[in-house]
Amino acid sequence: MSDHGNLTNPVPAALADRRRKSSSIFDAFRPGRKGVLLPALDVPAADPEALFGALHRAEVEGEVEASEVDAIRHFTRLSQKNMSIDANLYPLGSCTMKYNPRINEELARLPGFADVHPYTPEHLSQGALELLARLEEALVALTGFARVTLQPSAGANGELTACLMIRAAHVKAGAPRKYVLVPDSAHGTNPASAHFAGYAVQELASNPRGTLDLGELEKKMTDEVAAVMITVPNTLGVFEENILEVTKIVHAKGGYVYLDGANFNAFVGKVRPADLGADAMHMNLHKTFSTPHGGGGPGSGPVGVAPALVPFLPVPTVEGADDGWRLEFDRPDSIGRMRTFYGNYGVLVRALTYIHSYGNEIAEVAETSVLNANYLRKKLAPFYHLKYDAPSYHEVVFDDKLQAAKGVHNIDVAKRLMDYGFHPPTMSFPLIVPGALMIEPTESEPVEELDAFADAMIAIAKEAEESPELVTSAPHVTPVGRIDEALLAREASKPGSFAPVLRAPVRRS
Amino acid sequence: MRYIPNSPAEQAALLREVGVAAVDDLFATVPREVFRKDPPPLAPPMSEIELRRALGAMAVKNAAATCFASFLGAGLYGHHSPAFVSQLLLRGEFLTSYTPYQPEVSQGTLTAIWEFQSHIALLTGLDVANASMYEGATAFVEAVLMAERLTKKRTKVVVSRTIHPEYLATLKTYLAYLGLEVAEVAAGADGVTSAAALAAAVDETTFAVAVQSPNVFGLVEDWTVASEAAHAHGALAIGVVNEAFSLALLTPPGAAGIDIACGEAASFGVPASFGGPLIGFLSCRDAFKRQIPGRLAGRLETPDGPVFALTLSTREQHIRREKATSNICSNQGLIALMATMTLTALGKHGLRETALQCLSKSEYLKTGVKALDNGKFAVAFPGATFNEFALRCGPPVAEVLAALEKAQILGGVPFARLAPGAGEHEDLLLVATTERVRREDLDRYLDVLKGF
Ligand SMILES: Cc1ncc(COP(=O)(O)O)c(C=O)c1O
Repeated sequence: MSDHGNLTNPVPAALADRRRKSSSIFDAFRPGRKGVLLPALDVPAADPEALFGALHRAEVEGEVEASEVDAIRHFTRLSQKNMSIDANLYPLGSCTMKYNPRINEELARLPGFADVHPYTPEHLSQGALELLARLEEALVALTGFARVTLQPSAGANGELTACLMIRAAHVKAGAPRKYVLVPDSAHGTNPASAHFAGYAVQELASNPRGTLDLGELEKKMTDEVAAVMITVPNTLGVFEENILEVTKIVHAKGGYVYLDGANFNAFVGKVRPADLGADAMHMNLHKTFSTPHGGGGPGSGPVGVAPALVPFLPVPTVEGADDGWRLEFDRPDSIGRMRTFYGNYGVLVRALTYIHSYGNEIAEVAETSVLNANYLRKKLAPFYHLKYDAPSYHEVVFDDKLQAAKGVHNIDVAKRLMDYGFHPPTMSFPLIVPGALMIEPTESEPVEELDAFADAMIAIAKEAEESPELVTSAPHVTPVGRIDEALLAREASKPGSFAPVLRAPVRRS
Repeated sequence: MRYIPNSPAEQAALLREVGVAAVDDLFATVPREVFRKDPPPLAPPMSEIELRRALGAMAVKNAAATCFASFLGAGLYGHHSPAFVSQLLLRGEFLTSYTPYQPEVSQGTLTAIWEFQSHIALLTGLDVANASMYEGATAFVEAVLMAERLTKKRTKVVVSRTIHPEYLATLKTYLAYLGLEVAEVAAGADGVTSAAALAAAVDETTFAVAVQSPNVFGLVEDWTVASEAAHAHGALAIGVVNEAFSLALLTPPGAAGIDIACGEAASFGVPASFGGPLIGFLSCRDAFKRQIPGRLAGRLETPDGPVFALTLSTREQHIRREKATSNICSNQGLIALMATMTLTALGKHGLRETALQCLSKSEYLKTGVKALDNGKFAVAFPGATFNEFALRCGPPVAEVLAALEKAQILGGVPFARLAPGAGEHEDLLLVATTERVRREDLDRYLDVLKGF
């Protein structure tokens, strides 16, 4: 973190303010400045007014005016206000915040990938197509599925792609279905994706172990149910022990089993999801395969499918062999396109690089991520309540029950962790654990960081006992103090609240 | 292993602490019969030296636009990206952070998202833009679905066929099972949406009317054709833009009655990268913000200055689940940052200057084509264009491209490539110019055409 938060040596107030206050580039634009120099125009200048008449726009009112130096300083200072994996253990459960290797970045930036237009003729983009084929091949090897589409832009988009394929399969078979079953522990994108594929969502209540309840499933799994969406391990970090029975029950009724593969990191290289009886699964390449989250994206959500769903894959697919790769559009049963072009290609380059860097030893990723999570579980269990105590895989979900007695809630623990230099765990789900603290350390944390994080969590548990207000008023040393998000939401609801702030030019001293 | 810091001895110590003899004991609840017996059929781990060689071998088999004079566009335009952008983007604080759910330790990302939203709002002439969509076609789908929610109980979206065919194909995929109808209105002979045909297709069941400008032929459309047709029947007007630099020189959609603008902003310094990751955008009138899909950063004034946080999140899947305004979760954060950095450097003046260069180069090429006297080529449509036009080819398009390729030119995108199998406009080549091409490239292009 930067030192913006607490300047200990007093400096004149105005100067301290200038350093401390966050600001947007829109608050300080300087008329006449610009940050890009173009070559001199080497053809006659066109006259846009004459060409466009009434449709001509003279300027983009209110746009920024800044030099290259202004831009560099602004964005560098902004970066210093972020926590990141590079600087902080970032145990955001379900998000798999593992180290993002720099060789991946280097290779994705090769001009032979980065500067290639998607409509480059196929004979001039054989390497780009080959990469798609090789990544599909590797993901098939890891999942056991018949084929994998690389087109979905993120995990949620993969879920939707699969729901549409399932829908198309039932339609083709002459019997479209109405419902998709989603466990109450599922991530919010699961029901949302099913909804946008035209399904009605029915919730499956978890059993007291936090896993799927076979009785509940048998009851709800009718021949009107198209699919069940299951997360493995589930969002508690618990493996569905009965997964083989579950897939049998669903298949017996003519339904499809969809796996949310957001947690593939827990079993990559050890178990092939197709062997669990799954018909489709998305993978978040930005989780298991280490492509950077980038402050919210881009992701990539390839979907692997069993043979029954292959005809319905989105177009295009990549076909061919070493003597020539091509894009195939002629797939009569395809659901169609999920987006322009062929997927988040640059993310795919990084993922293939990562897969090669572990190769046939990739199971070590799963093993170490599970070991690290269990180590934290062991250390923290005496201090935090664990609602479901089934064995943990890559993550462990504690809650704030013990601390709540003193008025300290998960959000307070989270904010206080920031003071200790750690990013908070996930709190927004699973909904079956009120006050959740979902902790996923990943395999790329060294033991001393795990220990330091555990020490911080334990110290906060003690603070919650002894001086709860210290915790409930946190964070104390971050670039800004606790933000009143409820107040912001009220302000944001008012008319005009998103208007870009247009300020008078700042006076130069 | 390479990205696992703990040594084997440290791993062994952790196992002892956890209280298991072997790591596989931690996987005891996985059914034994599905446990993999052999390692996956992948090659052994590669070092960086081997990775550079393996991936490098694929990269060199592609025609980087840097080695050719490129006239490829058709929805993705190869504009200049300032050098500092790709370098700042590698700062781990941007690259390796997550979605800014915790605003106190994410002010950098949040401020940048708010700036991205502000740029998009200003460029499109609308009030509110979201934090990003995956890319242009899905942004278009989200705009259509948003319009449907805003106009309750209507079932038809009217779209001009001058919208990029991949956008229309994507729309049909997403709408397939939602009980909504896509009514397509063919372009007039002049390549532009016919106001009369569009208006005739709209009725009381219509929830939205969508047009694109510049359209798929590069032609400038008048947004009011869509907004008047839509508003006459209480529908919403959607404006699609995929060459976002055009917004520097053309009336913004928001100033011409468009209610929701959407499309692709990759023109602002995002590398083509074989088509992704790109940066979809969506903006709308203030009154519609409660139905906007995806993330939204808000700004709160405090005594310590402005602070930023994600807001109005009760629209989103993590709270509303199947009732959310979209299923989107991860978006295109880092690419939005890339566009924001580029837009900051370009600013008001750079935007206009760059757009004028694109326009001027395209006009130079069009003028040159019109002056050819071999009777083999023509500018297909008479209307105004920004930086792309449709070249009607007498000789087969493939032969024209092959001849241009010999002169180190990627000559354009055959229209047929946008909708494979449709058999439409097979004599059209879409030719785009950006500030990256030089007069000598344009002259070389014309020389090749002269040779036919
Ligand atoms: C369990 C689970 N499923 C699905 C998703 C959605 O993935 P994405 O953000 O890539 O769309 C997430 C992401 O946070 C997740 O944790």
